[in-house]
Amino acid sequence: MVDLKRSALAVLFLSSIALWSTPAFAQMDLAGEWAPQFHEDQPERLAGPDIGDYAGLPINDAARMAADAWNADILSVPEHQCKPHPSDYSPRGPAQLQIWKEVDPVSRQVIAWRTHIMWQAPERWIYMDGRPHPDEFAAHTWQGFSTGEWVGQVLKVTTTHLKKGWIRRNGVPRSDQAELTEYFWRHGEYLTWTVIINDPIYLTEPMVRSSDFRWAPGQNVGNYPCQIVTELDHEQGWLPHWLPGTNPYLDLYSKTYDVIPEAGRGGADTMLPDFRKKVVAAQKWPPPAQPQNNPGGRGGGGPAAGGGAGGPGPGGARGGAPQGGQRGAPPAPGGRGQ
Amino acid sequence: MKAMSTMKLLLALILVAGLFRAGLALTSPVQRGRGPQQASPLRTAIFDPQQKIYYADANDRTVRALPVQDNVWMIVGAGGNIVVHTGDDGVLVVDTGSGGAATEKVQTILRAISTKPVRYILNTSFRPDHTGGNESLRGMPPPGAAGGGGGRGGGGRGTPIAAYETVLGRMSAPTGKVASTPANAWPTETYFKEFHDIYFNGEGIQMIHIPDAITDGDSIVYFRRTDVIAAGDIFMTTTYPVIDVKAGGTIDGVLVGLNRILDICIPKEKQEGGTMVIPGHGRISDEADVLEYRDMVKIIRDRILDAVKKGKTLQQVQAAGLTKDYDGRYGATTGAWTTAMFIEAAYQSLSEKK
Repeated sequence: MVDLKRSALAVLFLSSIALWSTPAFAQMDLAGEWAPQFHEDQPERLAGPDIGDYAGLPINDAARMAADAWNADILSVPEHQCKPHPSDYSPRGPAQLQIWKEVDPVSRQVIAWRTHIMWQAPERWIYMDGRPHPDEFAAHTWQGFSTGEWVGQVLKVTTTHLKKGWIRRNGVPRSDQAELTEYFWRHGEYLTWTVIINDPIYLTEPMVRSSDFRWAPGQNVGNYPCQIVTELDHEQGWLPHWLPGTNPYLDLYSKTYDVIPEAGRGGADTMLPDFRKKVVAAQKWPPPAQPQNNPGGRGGGGPAAGGGAGGPGPGGARGGAPQGGQRGAPPAPGGRGQ
Repeated sequence: MKAMSTMKLLLALILVAGLFRAGLALTSPVQRGRGPQQASPLRTAIFDPQQKIYYADANDRTVRALPVQDNVWMIVGAGGNIVVHTGDDGVLVVDTGSGGAATEKVQTILRAISTKPVRYILNTSFRPDHTGGNESLRGMPPPGAAGGGGGRGGGGRGTPIAAYETVLGRMSAPTGKVASTPANAWPTETYFKEFHDIYFNGEGIQMIHIPDAITDGDSIVYFRRTDVIAAGDIFMTTTYPVIDVKAGGTIDGVLVGLNRILDICIPKEKQEGGTMVIPGHGRISDEADVLEYRDMVKIIRDRILDAVKKGKTLQQVQAAGLTKDYDGRYGATTGAWTTAMFIEAAYQSLSEKK
């Protein structure tokens, strides 16, 4: 009888706590230091993609043409040097990530989740207070305007008002009309950040990409890493780019990795397993011997190239390439044409 | 019984507080706290305190004013963007939109933003979507006045209109000929050198002439303290440059103008904000947006010039797809300014260069 009374009291006590507690708006605490994991797409994300490698991107002809015109020398143009990675690309780079929350001092509710990433120090506000997105004539920013909501244990984020950015760091563009849907999934000490890009200008279908992070409480995020310098004495308005049909490096990717040229041209088909079979079937195996010289290296060279892992010499084995495929280079890539 | 009365009092207080709060949300800050003299029947603008936007009409939110930086606003929805600069001296506007039906809404917003009269009008070009409201804003009665009138100090018909001198030439006509615009809309202060300096509302304002850009009379306007540039149609976020070759426009002139804007711009940390740029049409921008637009114009210009040098005809150039990578963003196949028209204008101005 006494036990029954105790149980009833306990139920009453717990019920009262439940009744008087503040509702749990955040199902998962994302706050903390997060170290990027590069087991996926490592060569593209750190050293940088090859010129002309658009494989696996659901791009249209317009994006392809823009990327073909891209010249790595553009990173010498002062106004281009310190552009920060936009919010959809920043988790791909040297992305030592800090997440924290802004809390209303009175209600203690989370007003916004905040993120800071090492490379170019972009900071985001992900508003959780239901505020509307800005007017269509309001300014666009590198990180865009983000609002969030919890879907179970996952933070879903919607982002608008982005500046024009890039989908791959070799000139494949993402327009300022794009909108993002993102998901932050925490699995214990791991965090998966999924970005879905909807771009009516340059994509034929939504592009989905995820990056993983590991909890790293001892992580030390560096200070702002970029300083604009005038490296070359050019006339006002100098802008390096390739005229249609003149970019000599567009076959760099397909020749280096012995894949059919259409793989490098990208498109939604190149994301699918059937296309991979087509690539494998067309490969000559073993690949021909590669030349030893590599005068251009990879990575774009400029301070905004990211990662600082560029430089001369053959790169390491490329993930996703045939086993043992050592990277070489055709003659004189990366030259400062135009 | 006493508890009942207390409850009623409490409910009444909540109701009053709610009404007061709702009223605050639907009136402008100017209306709030400025006393009964502000209760003009003309003023019906509503203010969204969260977005900080004035709307001329609660039911039709097309015409509205967005905050840009400090005391500078941008009115959209009335033709070309109208830049509004407020302060103790009064209201200065850069461009006046298309005029016509939107005029009353523009005036409603101006009255909501400031209690001062419009005392200066600057035009970035002669084009009707930027000068169409000259006459109506010039004749806009100062707040509290019965009618137009007023001299330079009081706004109204005496309000000066400044522009590059060819703007006057294109809006007026020689004696005996019919002008394209009414005399009250014509510039009253013209300049023919590179700069025209004005000091207003506590800051230096520079009109900078860009030769042979969209037309032969373009100016950009730089607010030096506020750090805002009104770019006119040299920079737009909505379409390819509307180069008026017949009025002296060239694609190279547009590039010179865009590079000039980039020279002035200094972004804040992380390459964002700092100098803000208001386009002739489109959204509030900064250096990075102008840079993107400049790159687009430069790349297309170089492609067309290369084709011109190779002896390609206009039809061949238009069919070559030289703008394909930008058409989805800036192009059009119908309307007042199509991609084909832009290519033709660029081709013509570059053919003369050849």
